Amino acid sequence: MLKFIGRRAIFAGFTILIVSAVVFGIFSLLPFDPAALTCGQRCTDQIVEANRIRLGFDKPIYEQYWLFLSGIFLGRTYGSGSSAFSCPAPSFGYSFNENACVTNMLVEALPITISLAIGALLLWLTVGIGLGIVAAKFKNRWPDTSSSVFVLLATSLPTFVTGLALLIWVTIKWKLVPLSLSGYVSIFDNPFGFFQYFILPWITLAIAYAAIYTRFTRAALLETLGEDYIRTARAKGVGERVVFFKHTLRAVLAPLITMAGLDFAGLIGGAIITETIFNLPGLGRLTLRSVYEFDLSVVLATTILAAVVVIVMNLIVDMLYAVLDPRVRIT
Amino acid sequence: MSINSAANSEVDAPVIASPVIAGRSPRQIAWSRFKRNKVGMIAAGISIFLLSMSLFAPIVCRILGISPTELNLEGLDSSGIPRGDLAGYSREHPLGVIPGTGRDLLAQLLYGSRISFMIAILSTVTALTIGFFVGIVGGYFRGRVDGILGRFTDFLLAFPAFFMIVALSEPMVDRIEKLGIAEENGARILFLIVFLSFFGWPGFSRLIRSQVLSLREREFVTAAQAMGATRRRIILKELVPNLWAPVIVVVSLSLPGYLASEAVFSFLGLGVQPPASTWGILLSNATRFVTVMPSFFLITAASLVIVVLAFNLVGDALRDALDPRADK
Repeated sequence: MLKFIGRRAIFAGFTILIVSAVVFGIFSLLPFDPAALTCGQRCTDQIVEANRIRLGFDKPIYEQYWLFLSGIFLGRTYGSGSSAFSCPAPSFGYSFNENACVTNMLVEALPITISLAIGALLLWLTVGIGLGIVAAKFKNRWPDTSSSVFVLLATSLPTFVTGLALLIWVTIKWKLVPLSLSGYVSIFDNPFGFFQYFILPWITLAIAYAAIYTRFTRAALLETLGEDYIRTARAKGVGERVVFFKHTLRAVLAPLITMAGLDFAGLIGGAIITETIFNLPGLGRLTLRSVYEFDLSVVLATTILAAVVVIVMNLIVDMLYAVLDPRVRIT
Repeated sequence: MSINSAANSEVDAPVIASPVIAGRSPRQIAWSRFKRNKVGMIAAGISIFLLSMSLFAPIVCRILGISPTELNLEGLDSSGIPRGDLAGYSREHPLGVIPGTGRDLLAQLLYGSRISFMIAILSTVTALTIGFFVGIVGGYFRGRVDGILGRFTDFLLAFPAFFMIVALSEPMVDRIEKLGIAEENGARILFLIVFLSFFGWPGFSRLIRSQVLSLREREFVTAAQAMGATRRRIILKELVPNLWAPVIVVVSLSLPGYLASEAVFSFLGLGVQPPASTWGILLSNATRFVTVMPSFFLITAASLVIVVLAFNLVGDALRDALDPRADK
């Protein structure tokens, strides 16, 4: 097991290195002068040149990449003398548009994105697996039919249409959930405000994912129910409840966890649409705004972060799979 | 899909019961299964109808007497909201007019959907072509070739594709314009197609690869090998014809996905720009007027959902018809 984890971790680290190098390379090849983007309207050539040297854009690409990498572990100081400023480790660069270390911006945005993703995950797992179980238990009867109608509608509704419709009707027209003007509050400070702030974004994301999980759970349960070992269990007189929840559901759980882990990782990196619609200052909106403002250091950092989350989650899921499914042997 | 499964579960019975035993090709069997699926048939009819409406938008608009560019500013009040005859639905404007410009909504939808369909279809075709080729090579040759291709697809799947598309859209469009390949919206459309297919092909290639891996072990391939068929012949005559079923299913299910992603990018302001219109642009336009004219948003959103739903239903029905054992 340790050997497996070690080998996979090395491979994951390697992939992260390649992804970050590729992203970095793509951004350095762009037809922009990053130094010219660092100052506003009253810009002179001297300021641009000074910033170029201060941020290290005068160095060759591989050296810039090395500085970027070492900054993650050692922190980074820009410039020298009285005008110098530094971003402590882990440093992902400096944003001139916001006059802030990128790491601080990430730290501000992360709790929002994580709250969004975890809440949505819990919601869609409950609804999706629940509906899937009901549909499989009542195969071809009305609960099954109505759940498949839900699945069809939900898979055909793009997230931004559901999100906008919820925002417009539930919040603006019917005023069921008030528009939160105070912004994000932590669940520990104000649980009610927290739920009010996130409930519609959660529902928006959960509708889309719950449909996929319902469909998958139903199909996997029905397939497992046809297996020989289920017949054996029934033949030796195991109760129907135990057969369903212990023998069948357990077999379905392993692939479900894989799916959930990967979808969750995807959300940490990319809930751009939901965050934009509901105006949540999370990672997705931060990226989108930085794209519009050509704030490349922020885009670079969020892109790499998203890739890291996906890769690490892949690793965790593979290990969990081995624990949950005894048929999977780790070699 | 469950909704269709009831219609298909007794599919084999009539075949056996027919008095004259006649051989039928897999294609005929699949078609007869598909015909039995009422939901699938209706969805196919709707899909074909909507596609041709969009394809022949200029003719349809001429017949209905509507124009996508004509402004009806005199029918708008001071804040740009349609009033009087233009406020509702009329013979002149079947779905009403768009606030702000007074353009006919139906005409805009018909013309807008052409760009959306074009992006979705071209992205699917490109992604599928690459995925098909890579999948066959990986699945047939296995070993080291497959290992390298597999690592590369894994890498692409781990890549934050959505972020990259968002991050690179402006600079890449700029570059395409500078290279003189296409201009403005042409460059944006080209960028979307290239990027969507670049990050879309690994999914196709995995599917094709797994199919090829199992097909190449089947008896008919062994027989062909025993008869001394060349590698080229085995791939083109034995493997490829057996891949069309999964390909058709995957195409019909991924087309609505691409349709929705185009809408998302245009909605975020990264895709096609106005005055051209697509579903995404119309939707983002509609949200600005949603409190005063919700019908604009509802009609635009509903039209997108209907198209996506119809394509999904056709895809499900095709899967049931071509692979009756799947997803039961």
